Amino acid sequence: MPASSAPASGGTILDPLPAAVDAAERRDRLGKIATEIRRSVVEMIGRARLGHIGGDLSATDTLATLFFAVLKVDPGAPTDPNRDRLILSKGHCSAALYSTLSLRGFFPTGDLATFMQPLSALNGHPNRRKVPGVEANTGPLGHGLPIGVGSAIAAKLSGADWRTFVVLGDGELQEGSNWEAAMCAGHRALDSLTAIVDRNRLQQGARTEDTNRLDPLADKWRAFGWDAVECDGHDHQALFEAFTAPRSGKPVCVIANSIKGKGVSFIEDRVEWHHKVPSPEQVERALKELAR
Amino acid sequence: MTAPATAKIETFDCRQAFAETLVEIAQSDPRIVAVCNDSVGSSNLSAFQKLFPERLVNVGIAEQDMVGVSAGLANGGFIPFVCGAAPFLTGRALEQIKVDAAYNALPIVLCGMSPGMAYGELGPTHHSIEDLSWLRAIDGLAIVVPADPAQTRAAVRWAAGSGVPSYLRIGRTKAPSVTADDSNAFAFGQANVLRQGSALTIVATGILVSRALEAAEVLAGRGIEARVLNISTIKPLDEAAIVAAARETGAIVTAEEAMTEGGLGAAVAAVVVRHAPAPMRILGVKGFAPTGSATFLLDHFGLNRDGIVAAALELKGS
Repeated sequence: MPASSAPASGGTILDPLPAAVDAAERRDRLGKIATEIRRSVVEMIGRARLGHIGGDLSATDTLATLFFAVLKVDPGAPTDPNRDRLILSKGHCSAALYSTLSLRGFFPTGDLATFMQPLSALNGHPNRRKVPGVEANTGPLGHGLPIGVGSAIAAKLSGADWRTFVVLGDGELQEGSNWEAAMCAGHRALDSLTAIVDRNRLQQGARTEDTNRLDPLADKWRAFGWDAVECDGHDHQALFEAFTAPRSGKPVCVIANSIKGKGVSFIEDRVEWHHKVPSPEQVERALKELAR
Repeated sequence: MTAPATAKIETFDCRQAFAETLVEIAQSDPRIVAVCNDSVGSSNLSAFQKLFPERLVNVGIAEQDMVGVSAGLANGGFIPFVCGAAPFLTGRALEQIKVDAAYNALPIVLCGMSPGMAYGELGPTHHSIEDLSWLRAIDGLAIVVPADPAQTRAAVRWAAGSGVPSYLRIGRTKAPSVTADDSNAFAFGQANVLRQGSALTIVATGILVSRALEAAEVLAGRGIEARVLNISTIKPLDEAAIVAAARETGAIVTAEEAMTEGGLGAAVAAVVVRHAPAPMRILGVKGFAPTGSATFLLDHFGLNRDGIVAAALELKGS
């Protein structure tokens, strides 16, 4: 057990949204869930004194929308062969994934307090063999999309209708393996595959466009045979619509324009918060800003 | 004058046995898929492609994608046989082998085709002499080097049903069969004692096994009875067979078509030094090869009958 025994935020399992909700209710409910995830992320990283808070907070709304309104997954049967697959390629944002999985009921929220503690199942990067709901052990960048392509080929070969979603960092797209996979998915017209780029425009050391330019990013995906759409990465209804658009005969890339550190004013869009750890006072401030 | 009549010994390229067995098991197990990098021809996958066009996933010249795609296929319930030239499969996709296959503990069969110096004159870029060293360091990855077609057939069947990530090193350079009885050609994790002897042990793998047997024949002619061990499972190593060899014969020569840093010889030495210290000679490839055919290069590095005999005589002080 960790030194601090304070429970993670939330503390209770949250229900996924029913299919029949209107846009306003969807926004409202996913907004509240996302706040719980963000509070949990801040507490976990504050307690562990380790983590990647900026990217966790930028990807939170995508993960909340997927797990609570889109993915066909059952926390009671996490390896059901017909489940949808969610692969977090930006595996360093494990605190957001663990919080989401736990609040969705894949494992007890109390376990979140062990994040990165010695021998915890909750490593800095996710491990499918130890954490229910994790599809792939990721961490080194550029691994998730090829795995997602294989998963989509598997669905096609099986004649199954499960879908595959891969959450990518934007800086991660500098890894060439992504483009090998993008070419392969476009060539094979894998329309059960959705890649989501958490486009927060910051990587570890600087802005993406100052490091190794990614724009025009949507055009790149289109050139590889994908449909590409851009949306506000913090607008749950826009994300929901992008993730549930009818299959079009092509793989889909959703460029989720986001703010690194979203939700905490002093962390937002600041390069140093890639993996900086908030002080106890900063944790308090952050939790105040992330009021329920 | 006519040349003396010599019995022509039949030699084999293991890729044919590999491909035939893969087709055979794919016919009864729909989970078997082949994944390749524009290597249908060099991996002998034409027959597989003809019979199972949907289950042949050719990702193009993209090894990182190839191994990642295989992890996704395994996640979806398939058993991928990943077929590519050994140097590119293991070198280019090493991190995917470590993370996507081994750390994820998925039943992916990595098939390193044409390993060692099989590509001869194409040079060190196309030689796979580092693969055993690289892959031995990866936790949970089984490493199998069949020496002949019978072992290849058995190893492919084992890999398909093993449920663990594995690397099969499928030889291209022709060599004679070393299997006397096909029914027990290969058992995962077990060394085959191909010849009994008490003066020393020659421990060999892959294409060097038949050469070790030739060397033992020569040594016997000089009154030195050498034991010959065929190590077809490099990892996990049959430690009991190695310890017994060290204790009972007191000297060991290892031979492999791979760099000596970290390969079979290093693995054997680690066991010997801990359990039964005995003098050893480790034969293998010593650095990037000069230009030459595969057989020329094996001779160049002393990876032949005479090289093994010389090492054995040196060890025995005669």
